[in-house]
Amino acid sequence: MLRRRINRLLGRDERRADSRTINVGHRTGTSNEAIIPAKFCDNRIVSAKYTVWNFLPKNLFEQFRRIANFYFLIIFLVQVIVDTPTSPVTSGIPLFFVITVTAIKQGYEDWLRHKADNEVNKYPVTVLEDGLRIRKESEKIKVGDVVEVEEDETFPCDLILLQSCRDDDTCFVTTASLDGESNHKTHYTVPDIEKDLDSLNATIECEQPQPDLYKFVGRMHLYTNNQDPAVRSLGPENLLLKGATLKNTQRIFGVAVYTGMETKMALNYQGKSQKRSAVEKSINAFLLVYLCILVSKALVCTTLKYVWQGKPGQDEPWYNEKTQKEKDTNLYLKMFTDFLSFMVLFNFIIPVSMYVTVEMQKFLGSYFITWDQDFFDPEIEEGALVNTSDLNEELGQVEYVFTDKTGTLTQNNMEFIECCIDGFQYRYQDANSEVDGPCVTDGPLNKLQQKAGREREELFLRALCLCHTVQVKESTERSQDQVDGLTDGVDGLGVDGEGIHPPQEQIGLIASSPDEVALVKGAMRYGFTFLGLESKTMKIRNRNNDVEMYELLHVLNFDPVRRRMSVIVRAKSGDTILFCKGADSSIFPRVRQEEVENIRMHVERNAKEGYRTLCVAYKCLSAEEYNQADKGLKEARLALQDREERLMAVYNQLETGMSLIGATAVEDRLQEEAAETMEALQGAGMKDAPPAKAGVTRSWSSSNQDFGFIIDGATLSMVLNPSTESNAKLYKSLFLQICQNCTAVLCCRMAPLQKAQIVKMVKNSKGSPITLSIGDGANDVSMILEAHVGIGIKGKEGRQAVRNSDYAIPKLMHLKKLLLAHGHLYYVRIAHLVQYFFYKNLCFILPQFLYQFFCGYSQQPLYGAVYLTMYNICFTSMPILAYSLLEQHICIQDLLDNATLYRVIAKNAMLRWRPFLYWTLLGVFHGLLFFFGVRFLFSNPALQDNGQVFGNWSYGTIVFTVLVLTVTLKLALDTRHWTWINHFVIWGSLAFYVFFSFLWGGTIWPFLSQQRLYFVFANMLSSVSAWLVIILLVLLSLLPEILLVVFRKTHSPNTRQLSDGRLLQTSRINQFL
Amino acid sequence: MLSAGIVIPGFVVIGLVFIGIGVALFVTSRSITVLEIDYTGVEKDSPCFKCSDPDIKNCGCKVDFSIDTLFEGPLFLYYGLSNYFQNYRQYGASKDLTQLSGDLASFKDPSDVCYPYDYSVQKPIVPCGSIANSMFNDTFKLFHIVKGTRKQVALDGKGIAWWTDYNVKFRNPLVNPLKNAFNGTTKPPFWPKPAYELDPTDPANNGFDNQDFLVWMRAAALPNFRKLYRRISEGEYEKGLPAGNYSLEIAYNYPVLQFEGRKKVVFSNVSWMGGKNEFLGIAYLVIGSLCVVMSVVMLIVYAKFKFPEED
Repeated sequence: MLRRRINRLLGRDERRADSRTINVGHRTGTSNEAIIPAKFCDNRIVSAKYTVWNFLPKNLFEQFRRIANFYFLIIFLVQVIVDTPTSPVTSGIPLFFVITVTAIKQGYEDWLRHKADNEVNKYPVTVLEDGLRIRKESEKIKVGDVVEVEEDETFPCDLILLQSCRDDDTCFVTTASLDGESNHKTHYTVPDIEKDLDSLNATIECEQPQPDLYKFVGRMHLYTNNQDPAVRSLGPENLLLKGATLKNTQRIFGVAVYTGMETKMALNYQGKSQKRSAVEKSINAFLLVYLCILVSKALVCTTLKYVWQGKPGQDEPWYNEKTQKEKDTNLYLKMFTDFLSFMVLFNFIIPVSMYVTVEMQKFLGSYFITWDQDFFDPEIEEGALVNTSDLNEELGQVEYVFTDKTGTLTQNNMEFIECCIDGFQYRYQDANSEVDGPCVTDGPLNKLQQKAGREREELFLRALCLCHTVQVKESTERSQDQVDGLTDGVDGLGVDGEGIHPPQEQIGLIASSPDEVALVKGAMRYGFTFLGLESKTMKIRNRNNDVEMYELLHVLNFDPVRRRMSVIVRAKSGDTILFCKGADSSIFPRVRQEEVENIRMHVERNAKEGYRTLCVAYKCLSAEEYNQADKGLKEARLALQDREERLMAVYNQLETGMSLIGATAVEDRLQEEAAETMEALQGAGMKDAPPAKAGVTRSWSSSNQDFGFIIDGATLSMVLNPSTESNAKLYKSLFLQICQNCTAVLCCRMAPLQKAQIVKMVKNSKGSPITLSIGDGANDVSMILEAHVGIGIKGKEGRQAVRNSDYAIPKLMHLKKLLLAHGHLYYVRIAHLVQYFFYKNLCFILPQFLYQFFCGYSQQPLYGAVYLTMYNICFTSMPILAYSLLEQHICIQDLLDNATLYRVIAKNAMLRWRPFLYWTLLGVFHGLLFFFGVRFLFSNPALQDNGQVFGNWSYGTIVFTVLVLTVTLKLALDTRHWTWINHFVIWGSLAFYVFFSFLWGGTIWPFLSQQRLYFVFANMLSSVSAWLVIILLVLLSLLPEILLVVFRKTHSPNTRQLSDGRLLQTSRINQFL
Repeated sequence: MLSAGIVIPGFVVIGLVFIGIGVALFVTSRSITVLEIDYTGVEKDSPCFKCSDPDIKNCGCKVDFSIDTLFEGPLFLYYGLSNYFQNYRQYGASKDLTQLSGDLASFKDPSDVCYPYDYSVQKPIVPCGSIANSMFNDTFKLFHIVKGTRKQVALDGKGIAWWTDYNVKFRNPLVNPLKNAFNGTTKPPFWPKPAYELDPTDPANNGFDNQDFLVWMRAAALPNFRKLYRRISEGEYEKGLPAGNYSLEIAYNYPVLQFEGRKKVVFSNVSWMGGKNEFLGIAYLVIGSLCVVMSVVMLIVYAKFKFPEED
């Protein structure tokens, strides 16, 4: 009940389930049913996590949700409440420090988000209210408002297009920031709407917000002067999405249907959830193990204490009388307090400083990526950018690479390479030069004349010129001149190769696919220029400089199932011709077979070379045939049910019996070293899944039949969101199996969310592999956010991807070094850091645990309090930090040369249970050695030549000295890459320890109540036996280590040979990349 | 960094050095003579059996022993306690260091950590705390029996505590006579005499500068410990105890049977490595030999697998 009320208050009515009704312009008038204006959310985008008011509690809450922070908080509280061996200051200060630093960092990041939100939310927009144009802030737009948008502005919310200033009631938008497609798309106004928007009286009924960018279902009811309301159906072609940009159209009016967080864009952007690296998960697992060790230690001690005290005389010897309070306390309460005291005593086994060190390592380590000169791109004069330092080591664990194709793998520059007409090859001579520069020489023309018949050539070129949906940009008056200029330029081409103006800047060719532009431009090189489409008439300028006019009768749109498109045009002569172009596999079965063989050879060769190939065919339609087709098409288009299927049937019926003219090859050039990079990554054992857009498929499909797998967005959505729940699992697992058995998977025509879904699916599959997404466009953002590691390319499609990525690099080729060198090294470093930290704290605390057996389980610390605090903060922190920043166990060049080395550390190899067990055993071994070595020495505590004896603090100090020396030297043994910094911190730490111990022990500190360590260290050094035992124990601890290093070297086969063999294996797979 | 070329000779060198040190330690340790006398008096035939009854106060007992050859000096006399937990946390913390550094203010107001030995009958205890209260108070006198006569061996009670404890950490208040400083305070309940009367023979060896007190205050590391009691470093017996019969007179005051402890007296001479301890020598010998053996094994392994090319 309450919930329902809250829901209603928040505007979450049950009615949401089906549809929403909107009053255009908030006019409630003639409609007979009283429509309750439903409450919709406002147009505010909120990506920030905190507000000023909830920052402190919320942030603290979030921080203490982290297991380690919570643990330290508990320890701190126990120290405050219970009488414990160490003071609360020892754990309070580090905890406070860690919490504050993190809070400041997160606060700053959120402030940046607030700023970005405000930029969007305060953007001024124009809203029509009662016939007046009112300027408003974007966030104040309400559902039902009529909004005016001008050219090059982005839509502030999802709008239904009501009116466009273009004559044909269309407008053009680009959805680059939504799905990355930078081409212009045509959207249509709702048909037959009144020109005067002020008097428009209409309601819109549409579905509830949903994230699919390409789906929209709605109805508009138009009320005109007491007539029955007219109903218009609304589809995605009427919907302008927030985030898209108006192009080529001066002004439009639209009515807001979805606002703020309900827009399709907002629904497509998942929140930037905190990414956690696999290493962090391992840390948490180890932490739990150590927590168990800690608790069991405390339990063992508590139990033994009470067992031991049960023996006569041990509970309360006369020299150590209990206080009255102690005697009165309840036994179980005493046990509990003892347990807590032991916990506090041993809590150093889980060091708060590890988190600080890990954070520092990540933070400082990320600078090495930023500073890396190899990532510097002279073109954009920028290097790599690190947005999250939390994931450095994850770069060394990547198993699946998801890459966007256009702009990431390729340069997004289509280039017409060659064509073949009737089996004769025409290669454009200057193919390697600048992409679109039509510096035509006589060469190709001559060739043309030499080979196929002139008629066929011209037919082919006409086909290229006509069979497309390219538009010539004509947004302003100037455009007419531009087109003229263009024609002039082309005219002059034969004479002056360069032309006065590079024509590609003058023509604005707009198309839904860059290939089409490339084809039209290719035709232009051979003398056929497309001049534009005006009122259903296509004009082309032919080789003889005559303008030919064709009436455009029908466009049979491209779709990924048919994989072809056609146009039907009527020439001046009255002939009706169908031109069709499409993928070879979809064209060949539909043409006369005797023509195929000649061309198939060319197409296959081109495809193998990695070009995007298209075949061109035509068919002359008789008047009768055309009439029939025309009728069929019109009927199908008006059909209310199964429109798609019926259209498809007509298309298929029309596109048969054609005759093949030729084929084209277009290249989308790969990025610099893209192939090498991908090859290297494959060598490193990664799988690639580029969720690419349509187009690539055509060329890629033919070349990688063995391993490749191609799926398109529509199919994918059926796989991922099937109608019945029972099938969902089956489909998914089947799809996943196929994907995992392929070395490369291509997914095309994907919505951003679908890309993310694929990533998510792989991410959550068995073994939860580490995924990496790389992309350059806003459409890749979801995928970048979803993957474990998101990489942005500082490409041409804006900065959206870069801003949302974890790392941004200028070029794809930089990925190789980022993963193989930086990722590998960071992983090794942090893995070693983590293991080492646990190890050094285990052998730090184990002697203290063992000491309890010798001090009546009284929680007596073995080490002085200052040593307990300083051990992790000062004495042993710097060497491991330096190591974890600078270590190169294999030099970078070798890492880059032998991609297989990457496999060595795959699957979190260094943080699995085996190495963890090894380190733990090592820690136990060292701890036992330290404690019992000194224990046997102290069987006679007279260790000085003057017969004086040592006490308990001397005992602890000897153990501690051995400990510091051993763990530091152990790190020195592990260090392969020595820099002066390593030398400085390792030897400096040891020197500092000695210096500090002298200083601390050499002074009576007024703030200390007990000068426990006074001259203990100096006295220790005056004893020869102490020196000897220190040397003995340090050496004994490290001996196995040294032996292991030497033996491992002899037994492990030469890495170089090994990797060569594997590289050979992989090279076969690499071909198709 | 660690190649066979370094490691094998390194191991040999380390092994030989260790064996050398081990031999030296072992020989030295063997040369140290130790005489231990348990005088707890648990056994019926023990001379101190009568004193083990806790009801008997101011009991004295005599332990006779003989030495066959010269017990080389300088000799050190230790007392040893077992099953005695000086390293109890609460016990070790139960002292007021400001008091012990001669701060008169804390004479009046001892620290809370001394509880239950901070006040006794409304009077502050100085020195307060469990550790001071439980100071070892058996005393020993050593007699050399020469032809039936008992000749006392001079025991030197100086230089048995750490120099810094004696000179810096523990200070008497600057009041003369020392007794006045203790006005309005009371002695620890276990003590027979107040702190300023610990050593009637030497006025400088009283209060917090009493060396026996200092030795006691440095808490032992393990429950079985020994503490330095006296040195025989001057006079007739400076060179050691000659062969003959000796008698140790013990003032038996310190109760240990309640917690099943043991008391003993240890005579020992020391060397450069301190008291007798075979552990170090043996450990060095074992590790040294291990190193040599390992280097031989490594050599064999390398010879078998051929030396891999080092780049």
